[in-house]
Amino acid sequence: MAETAEEIREHSKVYIKILIALLALTLLTVAVSYQDFGSVYASVFVGLLIATIKGSLVACYFMHLIDEQKIIYWVLGIAVFFFTVLMAVPYLTDSNSVFNR
Amino acid sequence: MDEIPYTVKPHPLSGLYSGKLGIWLFLASEVMLFGALFSSYILLRVGSDSWPVGSELLNIPLAMLNTFILIISSVTVVLGWASLKLGEHGKAKMYLWVTVLLAFGFLIVKGFEYGAKFSHHISPATNNFYATYFTMTGLHGLHIVGGIAVFVYLLTSGSKLLEENPEHYTNRIECAGLYWHFVDLVWIFLFPALYLL
Repeated sequence: MAETAEEIREHSKVYIKILIALLALTLLTVAVSYQDFGSVYASVFVGLLIATIKGSLVACYFMHLIDEQKIIYWVLGIAVFFFTVLMAVPYLTDSNSVFNR
Repeated sequence: MDEIPYTVKPHPLSGLYSGKLGIWLFLASEVMLFGALFSSYILLRVGSDSWPVGSELLNIPLAMLNTFILIISSVTVVLGWASLKLGEHGKAKMYLWVTVLLAFGFLIVKGFEYGAKFSHHISPATNNFYATYFTMTGLHGLHIVGGIAVFVYLLTSGSKLLEENPEHYTNRIECAGLYWHFVDLVWIFLFPALYLL
């Protein structure tokens, strides 16, 4: 977390660089969505990969997760674990799922 | 009445002031809320024989504009917080009002998008695609409204605290900012999931 005035000014410059990166990645997200990657799963993977990079930039720099207290990492770690379980639910179901066809 | 402890100084155990730990716990619950919706979306999509391509039914330019608006608003919030840390109160308020305007801009664009759908008699009842689209973007939109309410309060009657205790006020803005970045983060995933893929 920023402490001195000089550090805060330096961080403000980083925020602008992250803004430019996020806007560029948004354009890239739209551009790749028009590309044919051969399968829906490949398109989903590329789209979500770019979204994950964008999300990481927001979380690390704007939410300052790059330099936070250990307890916040624990809180988020538990949330991410259960989030992963939720994402796995569709794969664990067998009612009319495309994975069983 | 006793004052709420650790609103400014960090708690010796957590190393955080209480509000910050509170907002992170709240955001963890929000991860689960949107996680459940994303999980339902995946379940409906992979379990369906055919699923429409979002880009053929939804307005990509408007959604991209809204993505730009939210990303810029995230930057204005963090610059507002940084200005408060530097003691530049006027500049901080300017950044935060710009955030509020951008948030209204997002809702107006979203209103045009919804309006176009309703005018074509498209509603959540139309099919599973539109049910997930309206539910997820609608809940996200409610979070935008909540964010506007918090920022407007902090910039109007809540801003008295800035004169009385600037550090406490800065912490409140940091907590509101963390919430706002989370709302931005959710949209970053909603945009490709619903509109592009």
